[in-house]
Amino acid sequence: MMRSLVPVLTVVMVIIGVWYVAAAWMNATWTLQQAARAEQQLSPVEVLQDTMVQKRPRLPAPHQVAVELWETTVEKKVTSKRSLIYHGWITLSATLLGFAIGTGLGILLAVGIVYNRAMDMSVMPWAIASQTIPILAIAPMIIVVLNSIGLQGLVPKSIISAYLSFFPVVVGMVKGLRSPDPMQLDLLKTYSANGAQVFWQLRLPSSVPYLFTSLKVAIAASLVGAIVGELPTGAVAGLGARLLAGSYYGQTVQIWSALLAAAVLAAILVGIVALAERITLRRMGIAH
Amino acid sequence: MIWTLFALIFWAAAYWLNTKIAASPLAETRFGKFAVPMLFGITLLVVWEGLVRGLDVPGVILPPPSAIAVTFAQELDILRADFIQTFVKGALTGYLIGAMSAFAVAVAADRYEFLRLGLLPVGSFMAALPVIGTAPILVMWFGFDWHSKAAVVVVMVFFPILVNAVQGLRASEPMQRDLMATYAAGYWQTFWKLRLPAAMPFVFNGLKIATTLALIGAIVAEFFGSPIVGMGFRISTSIGQLELAMVWAEIVVAALAGSAFYGLIALAERSTTFWHPSQRR
Repeated sequence: MMRSLVPVLTVVMVIIGVWYVAAAWMNATWTLQQAARAEQQLSPVEVLQDTMVQKRPRLPAPHQVAVELWETTVEKKVTSKRSLIYHGWITLSATLLGFAIGTGLGILLAVGIVYNRAMDMSVMPWAIASQTIPILAIAPMIIVVLNSIGLQGLVPKSIISAYLSFFPVVVGMVKGLRSPDPMQLDLLKTYSANGAQVFWQLRLPSSVPYLFTSLKVAIAASLVGAIVGELPTGAVAGLGARLLAGSYYGQTVQIWSALLAAAVLAAILVGIVALAERITLRRMGIAH
Repeated sequence: MIWTLFALIFWAAAYWLNTKIAASPLAETRFGKFAVPMLFGITLLVVWEGLVRGLDVPGVILPPPSAIAVTFAQELDILRADFIQTFVKGALTGYLIGAMSAFAVAVAADRYEFLRLGLLPVGSFMAALPVIGTAPILVMWFGFDWHSKAAVVVVMVFFPILVNAVQGLRASEPMQRDLMATYAAGYWQTFWKLRLPAAMPFVFNGLKIATTLALIGAIVAEFFGSPIVGMGFRISTSIGQLELAMVWAEIVVAALAGSAFYGLIALAERSTTFWHPSQRR
């Protein structure tokens, strides 16, 4: 952990450094054009200064994004339409609802697949094949169709999230429920355990590590689903809406801050799942 | 009403047949492994068709598969143009650039311990982020045409491939590396003869994950602005005109392209890593 701290910090510093240089370079064109129009001569230092404070830069400097983030999270009231926490919460609630639905249905289907041979043979190839298909492409259609039958807001977005988190959970959970080896199954048989006991005492506990691996993929996919689900509704609310509105009006600082907020949200969500994984696995005595 | 009834009867019959096949010795044969999922897929289509017709679901909510097939056949020219714009120009270009640059960085990270320690955590962190959000920015930088879509794809596929490649390049065992050392093999000889082949299963894992990401990136990036051709453009405008059959036809194209792309990479994997336990038969 400590050993990689310095290299990681170095890489992050280099990224920020490259970002500053790129910002100066990409924004300089506009600055020079403005100066030429006003028939001014700017010294290199003045050009550099201007590239860091433009209202609508091609690439906002890191500190501009940081200021925007600070203003829209801490200084705005959370109920304000301009608060990133407000938009983040809208996206988060759709993500969590979708994640819960997708995970629940995924686990149920996995149990069905493991216990029903016909279901296994007919559904499993499609579940695997569906992972090669860009499912996200149908997101706009789901939104619009559900809108036309009167469903709006949270539910359509979480259906997309559920759909995206569903398949990773099914595939991982099937693997997990099948992970006990024949020796363990035989042992339970010698104890004359019935089907339900085998499920609760052996199959379910041994599937937990696989489940958590899938959950980490699924929660990230849910967030992407919720963000993309916000695009076709015409940018009303949510992080995806902030991205779209920013791109309509050329508000690059707003796009970058929404993007960073989404990144932080994703990191927190995956982090929480990873933490739950560590605690659970330690309690179960699987990991140390 | 007849259609609904037909759909339900067909479903019951197919279910019965599938249970029979799954319970019979046929289940272990190639025929059984192919027939059961096929029958399931056909049943889905029949039930969809039957219910949509029987319950009079309007075409603007859910068109029947037959209408989608008709649209698909009629609009082949448009679909082909969209496919070339989005898949060949956008996704494929971006995929190639992203994969090659990720691999180059992975080799560098493998060579220099410091770089690896620094890049790997950042890379795995980035791979879990909603990278698709960079689409509006990249569209603003590279314009509406396929260049910006390729750029989005580059960003999307870069980190999964990087993380897998770095992991793969470390996959050879100390014993094997020692053996190469006793042969007095140099860095590059060890690289070509041992570490690169040993890395291939991991690299292909990254490449396979990236196929879907590439297609998603190219399609979603078009929602943020595109010329009047492309799969994402067609999907978003056809929805506006409530031509859902066209949307579904594009989705069929996307599904076919996605599976074919994945299949192609899987084939390449099989011929490259034939020695790996997971590929042996």
